[in-house]
Amino acid sequence: MLDRRATFWVLYLPPLLWLGAFFVVPLILMAAFSFRADMRGEVLQGWTPTLKQYAGLFAAGSYWRLLGISAFMALIVALISTALAYPIAYFLAFRAGRRAGFYLVLLLVPFWTSYLLRVMAWKFMLGSNGVINSFLMYTGLIHEPLTALLYNRNAVVLTLIYVWIPFVALPIFAALQRIDLALFEAAADLGATPFRRFWRVTFPLSLPGVFAAFFMVFIPTVGEYVTPLLVGGSRGSMYGNIVQDFFTKAANWPLGSALSMIMLIATLALVALAVRIVDLRRLIE
Amino acid sequence: MSTPRIPSRLSGYYFGLIALLYLPIAILFVFSINANTTLSFPMQGLTLGWYRQLLESEAVLRAARNSLVVAAGSSAVATTLGTMVALLIARYRFRAKGLLVALAVLPLIVPFVVLAVALLILFSALHVDRSLWTIGIGHTVVALPYTLLIVVARLAGFDPNLEEAAMDLGANYPTTLRRIVLPIIAPAMVSAWLTAFTVSFDEFALALFLAGTEPTFPVYLFSQLRFANRLPIMIALAVLLMIGTLTLVFIAERVRRVE
Repeated sequence: MLDRRATFWVLYLPPLLWLGAFFVVPLILMAAFSFRADMRGEVLQGWTPTLKQYAGLFAAGSYWRLLGISAFMALIVALISTALAYPIAYFLAFRAGRRAGFYLVLLLVPFWTSYLLRVMAWKFMLGSNGVINSFLMYTGLIHEPLTALLYNRNAVVLTLIYVWIPFVALPIFAALQRIDLALFEAAADLGATPFRRFWRVTFPLSLPGVFAAFFMVFIPTVGEYVTPLLVGGSRGSMYGNIVQDFFTKAANWPLGSALSMIMLIATLALVALAVRIVDLRRLIE
Repeated sequence: MSTPRIPSRLSGYYFGLIALLYLPIAILFVFSINANTTLSFPMQGLTLGWYRQLLESEAVLRAARNSLVVAAGSSAVATTLGTMVALLIARYRFRAKGLLVALAVLPLIVPFVVLAVALLILFSALHVDRSLWTIGIGHTVVALPYTLLIVVARLAGFDPNLEEAAMDLGANYPTTLRRIVLPIIAPAMVSAWLTAFTVSFDEFALALFLAGTEPTFPVYLFSQLRFANRLPIMIALAVLLMIGTLTLVFIAERVRRVE
């Protein structure tokens, strides 16, 4: 079996080295960078580690507030998109019949079209001379464009909900499909009303899919920076945007790295929580 | 047979939501044939002029070509590496297995902005100029989990006895992989490649940080947002690309179903 063992190393080393070089090492460098005092000097040359960035970060309340706001926005987005997608998943699982496959594809097509473009489309809809405003002015309902539509947190939340809905329906649909139909008959035979049957049988059995859907939206949304960049403006920015700013406009990489570390740790903590709530192995089946 | 009777309003809800989901996409399409440079009511007439200008706009086509190159290259690397990890997961037992799986799937979880700045620090530490290469490398990392999951699902679905049989008949393990396993998982690999391709082609969050002077299409699109008169041309290309992406997705689904 020597060739089998040799094959093992051939299969093992390339992905390990690649992910090591371009995933693990960058994250370690970022962690190291967050303990630097400033940008001066070479990255790989010796420098004295300092907690200066973290001290500043913990002293300033604004970063934490923004992280809190981002988490809250992600929570709202995840809750609403899950709630809106549930009836869709229910329809596909129990009502669509033979055409369910087609209806599912129809739902997913928007998700397969460019993310940046779908976000941009919302910018065109909500903008001051965009579709909604110009239509309302054309019909005479308003005379001045509504500026409250774009460049705030509501626009970001609305756009993100729109982006996520098709994706969210999938795990719920999968959970509903696994329910044994005989359970409904049993509930009906025992005299449960349709309403009771839904809340006592269907809904509890679909909960793993609901939780999965919730976390699949919540976790990446906390770190979102592209949608706020496009439709959020300065009043709608999220935590990811300040990380981006410190690496581009402000060019303060050590502080940016420290902020980025906080986000990484927060995300991993959320994932750990999600894994405890949702049994991931059941989802992969 | 009776499933819980929720009123048939449910199908109305489904189609209503579908209409809402397609509305912004329809707006993009209308924008691309709209005679005016802003999309506002009343519309000023229709034109195919933006599509004609697109064919003459070198920078736009160049950005699209860059995206194609990056997507094709990074998805090939991601599929190769993902298949390797999938084979290890499905066919080997070793102590560090859990660690390798975690390492390969973690890029799905780490926020893109975090990965982007981390790679930015790496490349600046190594004095590597940002280019299509650096974007491509970033894309291999984020596409790898997808390719891995697609191929591993296929490997779990076929009988390891086929390999045993080949080896009983005298084939060594590398030959068995090449002659038996690879042909069987080939459709999954094609599907993985197409998926990785669409992930890369559409990717903006990493590319914005890792792009040098040569932009990919999403990065170029973003840089042109300020110039209202250029916008319809970009949208026209975007509509064409959307059609292209959808075609790829449908091919990927077809290939996966063939199995």
